[in-house]
Amino acid sequence: MKVVALALLAAAVAATAAEIAPEDRRSGYEFATPETRAMQDDDNANPGILGVLQGEALWTTKVGAADRSCADCHGDAHSSMKGVAARYPAFDPAFGRPVDLEQRINQCRIQHQGADPLAWESADLLALTAFVAHQSRRLPIRVRRNAELRPFFDQGGELFHRREGQLNLSCSQCHDDNWGKRLAGTVIPQGHPTGYPVYRLEWQSLGSLQRRLRNCMIGVRAEPFEYGAPEAVALELYLMGRASGMLLETPAVRP
Amino acid sequence: MARVLINLPARAKRGEVIEVKTLIAHPMETGYRVGPTGAAIPRDIINRFVCTYNGAEVFRAELFPAIAANPFIAFFTVATESGEIAFSWTDDHGETQTEVRQITVE
Repeated sequence: MKVVALALLAAAVAATAAEIAPEDRRSGYEFATPETRAMQDDDNANPGILGVLQGEALWTTKVGAADRSCADCHGDAHSSMKGVAARYPAFDPAFGRPVDLEQRINQCRIQHQGADPLAWESADLLALTAFVAHQSRRLPIRVRRNAELRPFFDQGGELFHRREGQLNLSCSQCHDDNWGKRLAGTVIPQGHPTGYPVYRLEWQSLGSLQRRLRNCMIGVRAEPFEYGAPEAVALELYLMGRASGMLLETPAVRP
Repeated sequence: MARVLINLPARAKRGEVIEVKTLIAHPMETGYRVGPTGAAIPRDIINRFVCTYNGAEVFRAELFPAIAANPFIAFFTVATESGEIAFSWTDDHGETQTEVRQITVE
């Protein structure tokens, strides 16, 4: 009986001992090839910048029944949006749960501009999100972990460590336990959301963190979350908390 | 109008070799993919890029379906005189987008 209990204890320790120490945390940038890094570093070669420029134009475009632009309320994004993306997902009292940056932008469109929400992964929503997040480039991720967000953070952590799909894998088994090793030809990164919306060469376009999460879930043959699902945002929140203090790179370039 | 990023020095010495970098937003749809209904997505690529320096052609490229979205083209040219450097991209619909940048040669 005692042996079984000890074995169970050992198994429990092994399952939770794998969290990455703060000094060992690395952005996906460090796992990318020198060519991909050079592309990200040069604003004239980084194709994500095209999205940022489009977002900058949208920022001052009047839309909706209110005929108002983002800039009419928020002013110059270079100052007003600085550091904002580093704090998202953030708690929204109206919803009673956290919302991510894409959802916040769409909520603003509905409530304050009287416009239709932009579709998930549409070029305009990605461009606006990239433009807002770009204002936080090189700033540390600082999601709040207050009492309101705590249950959602814990839910995200639970999802991160839960096995799922036909391959029966959790996020943690790859991104905590086996980062730096290879999955077929690609290096497994630690899964820190430091550069979203990210320009992924495989996608040939910008894409959101939710799209990336869906990719991974399809990869382990699980049913992916719908775009904007509360579980997806909880997982985003957990990942941002896990990457606390790391610097944002938006728009990052990844393979 | 597609969004374009062009980087070249605003000033250069006569005879200096300068690097010109261009990036244009374009899906570069190959024509080999199918959409959700199984129907082929028609080919839509930029097939030609031309750079002229005060009207004289200094660089030209033909592009093919294997080239990634948002094509990045960088090349070198010699700064000969002050004036205009023009860049044109032509797509499968026959539409051409032209951007002009000034250079001062001392």
